[in-house]
Amino acid sequence: MTALTAAGVRVALGGVPVVRDVSFSVGDGEWLTVIGPNGAGKSTLLHAVAGLLPFTGDVRWHGDDPAGLHRRQRSRRVAVVPQHPVVPTGMSVFDYILLGRTPHLPFLGRESPADLSVVAAVCERLDLTGLAGRRLDTLSGGERQRVFLARALAQLSGAGRALLLLDEPTSALDIGHQQEVLELVDSLRRDGGLTVVSTMHELSVAGEYADRLLLLAAGEVVAAGPPAEVLTVPLLTRHYRANVMVVDTSAGPAVVPVRPGR
Amino acid sequence: MITDPVPPRPRWTLPRPAGLRPSWLIVASLLLVLTVIAGVAFGPVSLPFGGVAAELANRILGTDFDTGLTAQQAAIVWKLRLPRVLLALLVGAMLALAGGCYQGVFRNPLADPMLLGVAAGAGLAATLFIVARTAGVPLPRGLLPLAAFVGAVLALAATYLLGAAGGRRRGTTTLILAGVAVSSFLSAVQTYIQQRNVDAITSVYSWLLGQLTVAGWAEVRLLLPYVVVTAALVLFRRRELDVLSVGDDEAAALGLHPRRSRLILLLAASLGTAAAVSVSGLIGFVGVVVPHIIRLLTGRSYRGILPLSLLSGASFLILADLAARTVAAPAELPIGVVTAFIGAPFFVLVMRTAKEAAP
Repeated sequence: MTALTAAGVRVALGGVPVVRDVSFSVGDGEWLTVIGPNGAGKSTLLHAVAGLLPFTGDVRWHGDDPAGLHRRQRSRRVAVVPQHPVVPTGMSVFDYILLGRTPHLPFLGRESPADLSVVAAVCERLDLTGLAGRRLDTLSGGERQRVFLARALAQLSGAGRALLLLDEPTSALDIGHQQEVLELVDSLRRDGGLTVVSTMHELSVAGEYADRLLLLAAGEVVAAGPPAEVLTVPLLTRHYRANVMVVDTSAGPAVVPVRPGR
Repeated sequence: MITDPVPPRPRWTLPRPAGLRPSWLIVASLLLVLTVIAGVAFGPVSLPFGGVAAELANRILGTDFDTGLTAQQAAIVWKLRLPRVLLALLVGAMLALAGGCYQGVFRNPLADPMLLGVAAGAGLAATLFIVARTAGVPLPRGLLPLAAFVGAVLALAATYLLGAAGGRRRGTTTLILAGVAVSSFLSAVQTYIQQRNVDAITSVYSWLLGQLTVAGWAEVRLLLPYVVVTAALVLFRRRELDVLSVGDDEAAALGLHPRRSRLILLLAASLGTAAAVSVSGLIGFVGVVVPHIIRLLTGRSYRGILPLSLLSGASFLILADLAARTVAAPAELPIGVVTAFIGAPFFVLVMRTAKEAAP
């Protein structure tokens, strides 16, 4: 069963085509990472398949056309963690995660004890119980990233087949916290029910965690496949205009930048 | 865990979700009851506080206390003081609720009815109305509130259309800038019209400064339906303001329709503001000061701020009106002067002493 299919997806922002004719599919429980240089349209593609940007083409979530679902039904099945989520001043971690239950509440209704239990369980799963009463704006970058994930999980909890879309989940984190967050995402995925699509700049790390990579350049798919097939010197040189060396390690291909002329 | 909607019982104490704490609701309600009684009891002729409380309880709750009031004193309570106090209650409640609502919609704690051109629109329409009447156009005076209301809604529409010209992904800043431009333009037109019609300037001036002196049961009846509609629309949707605090894009990802939510809340708040302004004139500072103090005392969730602002705004304006008619007795101060005189320094004091609200 494919969790997500995109066929001929095109997105224009302000009349400028940003994503041109992109097609791909992601299997249930798979992790696909979209890589590509700045301005390639990674983030735009992610938001389009999430149903948050107008696009042309065909997108299916577990076979369903998102256009045929109500806005709240869509939000229960697909959660997006943006690259820079807005951090509301003074809001507690618990209240912030509770916002994730918004699409589950009845119209004009309030959170039920079941919603609170979901948030409690998510806090326990992500080791946030000690931070639940703290203000979100006082947390460190690594702690915040876990809270953003927690809100997305609270949003998807109870959905069955869910899609988690992560836009640059590690861009604000040091190498240790990058690993911590990605390991967490991976273990959540393995727990079942969760399919992950992310965008990422750290190529070696992207290759280590994703089942498959999608290389996007100027809004088009230029390569797709297992990390070893996409992280190659010719592809990276051409599309990133970078001088790199790709080293095969036990962890997979490692991309090392090399200063030109040395 | 994702697939299981019924997770195990948590082994730790859950924090309480933000919202309306019953203790705050009780405090704000008690305060309002006390200010209503005080507002009715005190004035040029002071009545016994206990007697007034008993009289109100007898008539409203159907109790049978001995009030000790003379027939004349009871008449003062029912014919003079109570309608005025109730009008202050309704106007204060509306202005504070609308202010809190605007602050949530624009994610700006200093947003208020002035910002959107709502008040300026009402002011210009009222000025045109008064000038036209002075010039001999046969307009019944009772249509003044309606004229102000139309002006407020037109100004809001102008602000919204100008703000929307920024495109689909515009921020709230565009709308606020549009509001400032509309406000300035309407105020300029209004000043011009006032200067050209010196004969009408006094009556315009007294309306603009705000007054509850004309208050009677008719005004209370006029305002009440607007208050009920506005309060219901805003209070039922107050959780949406907390969701909107993460921005339009994320709110949309959480299943909200951010533009529709904003528009409904904005229209409701403006309806309440225009209705309040049309019976009481321009009373400033209530919409900024009251929600701000509530926020500093009780936290930043609009689920708590809005109902408490409604109650406390009512108390605040009753007290301000009490001051307006007693400080310089037997003369009366315009209530807008009192709210600015109390509001501005208190606002600064609160800002300085409590730099950050408790979560």
